[in-house]
Amino acid sequence: MAGLGAMMMMFLLLGGLVLVAAVVVIGIYNGLVGGRNQVDNAWSQIDVQLKRRHDLIPNLVETAKGYMQHERQTFESITQARSQAMGAKNVTEASKAEGALTDALSKFMLVVENYPDLKANQNFLSLQETLTSTENKIAFARQAYNDAVLNYNNKTQMFPSNIVAGMFNFTKRDFFEIESPAEREVPKVKF
Amino acid sequence: MWEQIRINKRNSMILLTAMAGLLLGLGGLLGYAFVGPQGVGVGILIAGGVWLLLTLISFSSGDQILLASSGAVEVTPEVHPMLFNIVEEMKIAAQLPAMPKVYIIPDPSPNAFATGRNPSKSAVAVTEGLLAKLNRDELQGVIAHEVSHIVHRDILFVTLAGIMLGTIVLLADVFLRGTMYGSHRRYSSRDNNNAQGLMIIIALVAAILAPLMAQILYFALSRKREFLADAGAVRLTRYPEGLASALEKISGSKIPMETANKVTAPMYISSPFRGAKANLFSTHPSAQQRIHVLRAMMHGANYQDYDQAYRSVTGKSGVIPAAALKESEAIPTRQADTRSEPQPQPAAKAQQRILFGDFIRKQQGFAFIDCPCGVKLKLPPNLPTSKVQCPRCKTVHTVTQS
Repeated sequence: MAGLGAMMMMFLLLGGLVLVAAVVVIGIYNGLVGGRNQVDNAWSQIDVQLKRRHDLIPNLVETAKGYMQHERQTFESITQARSQAMGAKNVTEASKAEGALTDALSKFMLVVENYPDLKANQNFLSLQETLTSTENKIAFARQAYNDAVLNYNNKTQMFPSNIVAGMFNFTKRDFFEIESPAEREVPKVKF
Repeated sequence: MWEQIRINKRNSMILLTAMAGLLLGLGGLLGYAFVGPQGVGVGILIAGGVWLLLTLISFSSGDQILLASSGAVEVTPEVHPMLFNIVEEMKIAAQLPAMPKVYIIPDPSPNAFATGRNPSKSAVAVTEGLLAKLNRDELQGVIAHEVSHIVHRDILFVTLAGIMLGTIVLLADVFLRGTMYGSHRRYSSRDNNNAQGLMIIIALVAAILAPLMAQILYFALSRKREFLADAGAVRLTRYPEGLASALEKISGSKIPMETANKVTAPMYISSPFRGAKANLFSTHPSAQQRIHVLRAMMHGANYQDYDQAYRSVTGKSGVIPAAALKESEAIPTRQADTRSEPQPQPAAKAQQRILFGDFIRKQQGFAFIDCPCGVKLKLPPNLPTSKVQCPRCKTVHTVTQS
């Protein structure tokens, strides 16, 4: 009789443990799904802004062309960078191509300084504001995306959630770093 | 910032409860003063009803009331594309679930505030003076500060406090007038004259004290959150100098805000009052101190960096809640933009003002006629005549409005 009672206790204890483990796993799993959705959502935000920038460029080039006949090379590099960025297939590729496009655009903006007529054009001014804002939105969306990725990656790599992540195949995501050759060249002032 | 959000939610609850106590007490006193002991129950009941109504109103449309009382006009993106762009940038940076509504206050003094119930139903309002004085980076800093208020849930608390405080001020005012009229009745009824007289004095004191107390509570709470919103703004823009120089310009302006009053004052990014009125009840930490803290942030843009700067400038213990300080990730600040920013020309700014003026006129029912000579005729509604002559080329136009 005593043995049966002990058996019952064992079963109850085991069942309780399994239940607790299940609840913990479900909690971690939901946290991982939430993190992954946040990453996807943040990425779609970047995507929207990148597309807007791609749509903006032909307009910008068209407006500026009349004023800047001698800058064919600048226009070509922008158009080329744009088509490369539009063809990017994954986050890493997009990082590179969008970085090149950002560079080409900021070079263009420097060249614009030499054309006061263009700078006074109302249409161009409003395009310039839209472009500045789009660049900012890309930067802020990237900020939010990278925060989300860091948060999610931490979950997939830290104990104990990494066990659940391994069980259900949650893989780590890439950061979106805009790789700008120009940015790397900027001399850093050290004190 | 979860800790701060929880504190704000709790404060909202405390405020509602305290306000209920205050109103019920005042109601009871009023009942006693006007009717006598049998009036206490009725007074409390009426006050309870008023409180319930107030709570419902402040939750459902408190933001609308505050916006309307400060004369803010909701605008469309065409009226000020840059302002909309900046608000959207900050919405993206803060990952707000919805775009805040954008309002412009026709006031030459530079200032701004945010209101709303929660991050999905919020609004930011800026004055015309702010738009005229600040450049893009500075405006971004101000909007980031307001969006931080939205993220920290300061907006609901401030809205509730604004409506409640406004009501107490109003009620006390009504009551003070009421006792003056009521004095006739007091002398005609001879029984328990003394007791009622005493009660009236107590009620009078309560009526004077209540708004004062409410105001002190309101002001005490609104200082720390300004520092927190500054820290949040830097975290969003990663550019402390933008907000610092904006605050410099705002606090350096000598123009007081005409549309601000003591109820709406604590909502603004910087105190809207100037001169003697500003010192009586300071609702904001000194702008100078806030600017010093922002400029002392040399290493990075996260909450730790702000806290460190705050401690080194003020010599006090930090302002940032412990939970936010745990954030370990280092966030570098952004360098000043080297590429040319579209700095609106004076002509473009004048154009902007005209656009906003026309937007308001359109809402008021004005009719517009573009004369071939280039003059734009702006006609107020309900003109007595249907023929208008252009002041420049003398062409006569027929007005087609109803």
